[in-house]
Amino acid sequence: MDRRNFLKTTLAAGGGALVSNDVRALELRHPEEFVGILVDTTRCIGCRSCEVACAETHDMFVPDVLSDGALAQPRKTSERQYTIVNRFDTEKGEVFVKRQCMHCHQAACASACPTEAMNKTLKGPVIWDGDKCIGCRFCMVSCPFDVPKFEYNEWNPKLVKCTMCFERQAEGKKPACVEACPTDALMFGIQVDNLEIARHRIYAHPDKYVHQIYGEHEAGGTGWLYLSAVPFDQLGFRTDLGRTPYPEYTREFLYAVPAILFGVPAFLLALNALADKGEPAEHSELGFHPDEGGQQR
Amino acid sequence: MSNHTAVASETSRVFHFILEELKPRGPWLTPFNVISIPIILTGLVILYFRFRYGLGAVTNLSQGHPWGLWMGFDVVTGVALAGGAYVITFAVYVMRVDKYQSIVRATVLNGFLAYCFYGGALLFDLGRPWHAMNPYIGNNFGYASVLFLICWHFALYMVAAFVEFSPVIAEWLNLEKARRFLKNITLATVILGVTLSLLHQSGLGALFLMAEPKIHPLWWSQFTPVLFFVSSIYAGLSMIIFEGTISHKAFSHLIAPKNHHAFDDIVFGLAKGAAITMFVYYVFKALLFIHEKQWDLINTVWGYWYLVEVIGFVLIPAFMFAFGHRHRSLNIIKTAAIMALLGIVLNRLNVSIIAYGWYEAVRYYPSWQEIIVTLMVICAEIWLFRWVVNRMPVFSASH
Ligand code: SF4
Ligand code: SF4
Repeated sequence: MDRRNFLKTTLAAGGGALVSNDVRALELRHPEEFVGILVDTTRCIGCRSCEVACAETHDMFVPDVLSDGALAQPRKTSERQYTIVNRFDTEKGEVFVKRQCMHCHQAACASACPTEAMNKTLKGPVIWDGDKCIGCRFCMVSCPFDVPKFEYNEWNPKLVKCTMCFERQAEGKKPACVEACPTDALMFGIQVDNLEIARHRIYAHPDKYVHQIYGEHEAGGTGWLYLSAVPFDQLGFRTDLGRTPYPEYTREFLYAVPAILFGVPAFLLALNALADKGEPAEHSELGFHPDEGGQQR
Repeated sequence: MSNHTAVASETSRVFHFILEELKPRGPWLTPFNVISIPIILTGLVILYFRFRYGLGAVTNLSQGHPWGLWMGFDVVTGVALAGGAYVITFAVYVMRVDKYQSIVRATVLNGFLAYCFYGGALLFDLGRPWHAMNPYIGNNFGYASVLFLICWHFALYMVAAFVEFSPVIAEWLNLEKARRFLKNITLATVILGVTLSLLHQSGLGALFLMAEPKIHPLWWSQFTPVLFFVSSIYAGLSMIIFEGTISHKAFSHLIAPKNHHAFDDIVFGLAKGAAITMFVYYVFKALLFIHEKQWDLINTVWGYWYLVEVIGFVLIPAFMFAFGHRHRSLNIIKTAAIMALLGIVLNRLNVSIIAYGWYEAVRYYPSWQEIIVTLMVICAEIWLFRWVVNRMPVFSASH
């Protein structure tokens, strides 16, 4: 209405705008440099050495792979296990598939996280920081692969998911699962190089593989890539996730925020001026009745 | 120097006044107390177990259903129902519609308390609540996160709503100078509050955008933020009718007879507003449905459930509001308000819980502990509301 009010409003709104900019942070990183792992499911023999190596590296529950019969039913990763191997009966016989976090190029979990506790590191692994996490589980809601798991039975719960052995990589070592794999079903390297290798295998053996690399486009591309002899929906993969990076879904909304923060107050002030019936400005107090308040006190 | 002593004596006066007012008033054995006290006590015991042994000890949450009743009802639904405050302050301060003056204070108080309690209930649901300040301090800003935005806008809105309400507190404490100052910044805070509401009401919808593969297609849309915003308008209006009707019975001794009559007229106005927004909402929903070509989804259990929500609890109450407005029938309007509110509850629960992970074999349903804690939050809010209106000039403009 008057200039003073407008200034106050603008300043307040500006404070809000400060916290809503820079939604491009995740786009700026270069997928060409991300590391990743190529899984060739035709080479996997289901020995679950990766499960054991992972558990030992991260001090977690070590499965008894010889006698726990866990391959009978498809499992999901859990708050006890970063990775699991599943067995599927397909048109080409039994196939084993290792599953874990896909380490998406534009990770839904990371863009969901209000504190950047889930973080896409510059090298590619998506890791979790317990000092930042508030435990809102928005990462779980947003991850298209249903990966992050929550310790529901802890007073101080963690969000549990594969780290691609971020710490080992910092020491120049390969992820534990890759090192443990006896058949080279897992290959660690730069993701785009892995993609080349995967394509090459398909070209070289066009009858052996389906002509799709899972993770090349899924959810905008992921660090982990999969080769397979049978269509991926037979191996428990979701094939309806689309090619859009998941953070795109909220980007439009986030882009609109600064515009709304400035545009709407301006619009409201204009409306307010238009609605002016020439009464004294005094009038705008909460529930203030000119006819029964003020004067008599 | 004398200025200094004046401030000191004023402070001690206010302090003693508050101490005096903190004492409970009125009879203890009211029906509401008899019901609410056991609920609150049980809720506190449940919360002890929740913080001692983890969320799994008292909730039915699972890896496939990370959000349950506390998030879906307390936060997502509760905030929609608290939408009345921004709608009414918009009408009264921005559009200068004086007719609604007499309900502003109660509505803003309700909105503010709802945010405190329902937003506060988020703390029970956070796995690591001792880090709850992380989105606000330090360098851990998740700029790309919708939830980060909501955290901030919740907090800022609570400040705005508090400032909007604060002249009443100043009046109660007889702090004339503060009251005049606070009164002066009302328009600015209202405008800020309306803007923030627009953003976080729609933001709550944006929370579910990335869950596209998990939510049944009838309840997922890229326009969910718009739908959430539009429906929060009529949710707020219906809530004012519902809550106002109860208040006018429960606190009738506090309300001037003049305002009793005015309230009927207000209800008719609110009903008209609700009818219009509901029709807009319905048309938008229908367009989305046609645009997405979802006909083949309708002849399923989920389709019927969708129709129950959209026809039974949006279209029908919309017609009832319109009918009640035209034929001046308070009873029809009040029934419509209740149905519209149920529709909002249904919609928010559908999006956040029921249609979430709809393909999964194991369904989520809330545990009795989750329900009790939710009731506890509601009861606690009513307690505080009652405490405030019995002391501060909420229903009457001056004392
Ligand atoms: S698979 Fe899920 S948890 Fe892993 S990076 Fe992608 S969004 Fe994050
Ligand atoms: S649960 Fe933790 S890691 Fe996941 S989104 Fe919330 S704060 Fe981030």
